[in-house]
Amino acid sequence: MERHITVPFDRTVSESLSAGDYVFLTGTVYVARDAAHKRMTEALECGKGLPFDIKDQTIYYMGPSPARPGRVIGSAGPTTASRMDRYAPALMDLGQTGMIGKGRRSEQVKEAMIRNKVTYFAAVGGAGALLSRCITSSEVIAYEDLGTEALLKITVSDFPAIVVTDCHGASLY
Amino acid sequence: MRTVPAETITEAVEAMCIKVCHELSDDMKACLYDAYEKETSDTGKKILGQLKENLGIASKEMIPICQDTGMAVIFLKVGQEVCFTGGDITDAVNEGVRRGYTKGYLRKSVVSDPIQRVNTGDNTPAVIHYEIVPGDKVMITLAPKGFGSENMSRLFMLKPSDGIEGVKNAIIAAAKDAGPNACPPMVIGVGIGGTFEKCALMAKEALTREAGVHSDIGYVRELEEEMLTKINELGIGPAGLGGKITALAVNINTYPTHIAGLPVAVNICCHVNRHITREI
Repeated sequence: MERHITVPFDRTVSESLSAGDYVFLTGTVYVARDAAHKRMTEALECGKGLPFDIKDQTIYYMGPSPARPGRVIGSAGPTTASRMDRYAPALMDLGQTGMIGKGRRSEQVKEAMIRNKVTYFAAVGGAGALLSRCITSSEVIAYEDLGTEALLKITVSDFPAIVVTDCHGASLY
Repeated sequence: MRTVPAETITEAVEAMCIKVCHELSDDMKACLYDAYEKETSDTGKKILGQLKENLGIASKEMIPICQDTGMAVIFLKVGQEVCFTGGDITDAVNEGVRRGYTKGYLRKSVVSDPIQRVNTGDNTPAVIHYEIVPGDKVMITLAPKGFGSENMSRLFMLKPSDGIEGVKNAIIAAAKDAGPNACPPMVIGVGIGGTFEKCALMAKEALTREAGVHSDIGYVRELEEEMLTKINELGIGPAGLGGKITALAVNINTYPTHIAGLPVAVNICCHVNRHITREI
């Protein structure tokens, strides 16, 4: 099934998505990978808040190449999601509803997805030039010192992805 | 003796970094196009179609094929009659990487220490493998390596009694474990023999072999063909979403080894198997 989804989205939308659905995402997405997840987790552990309100938000696991002058972003494909498995359940428990990445997830992540009604989308790995065309704005909102691993807020338009694991526990892998 | 200015190496490496990250070599491109024709799963074909389109956008618009422009791995085969002038050769190579990754808007993915993890900001240092060879030429091969696939690579210290069946099982196990994480369709570099480190190095260098070219050792060639068929029978498919194209090539290098050992290294690479060679 092909679906056009507006991001952010709430649990109800997540519940309507099934593994195997082709989706086109339009709206606002946050970008974070290894180092930003570590920082966010450390912030939560010492009682500080996150740099953004995570409720109903989607995180894209990605670290772009630098934008050439006049461009919004460089190459921007997904990174391997399993490296974020250690950090992801705590963020889902705070209200995150979507994740975009590639590759298998841990049992703890799958349990947190069912518990919180979260959808995991896969974008095509190694298609960073193609995917960059679907990103219409990008700004660093925290951790600028991390370079490509900084926390970004981006706008996507018809960003192609596949629901690889849905919030009911079904998975394509 | 032939003198080669270190700056010549710097300039070559700079240009190679930029080219290889935007334009896939003809052999790999042909492999991917062929995979698109052969794939029978709808999803698989759709993904391979996106990958083909991605290659076109990358070279036309100068956007890296993949955002992970890798850690720069360089094989430098230096003719024994060559004398480098005007600086340290390792510095010259790193300067080329620094300029290429900066001027080419390539991602800086290197941290200065594996535990402290501060980004070096210019993608240096490179991993450089030197070899002294006969002659007065310098052969530079650059293969920037992304880590989605690098992380799925494996090294097995098998026993001689494990034999070729043990080797086959190791290769299949590594490909299976890599699955969707390594951005299939993959290219698989294998080293068999040598020592612990020689074996890993052979696997890495095997990835730089032109796709479609087989080992000239009879049984190794057969093993390459058999492993490619078996891996494609796993059904992992493009992006790990099912299909008959899981790997594009299996390249195997071998070396004499110890009476007590049978090391096997499996270096996994994604479909963006970047490699470029230039002779100076």
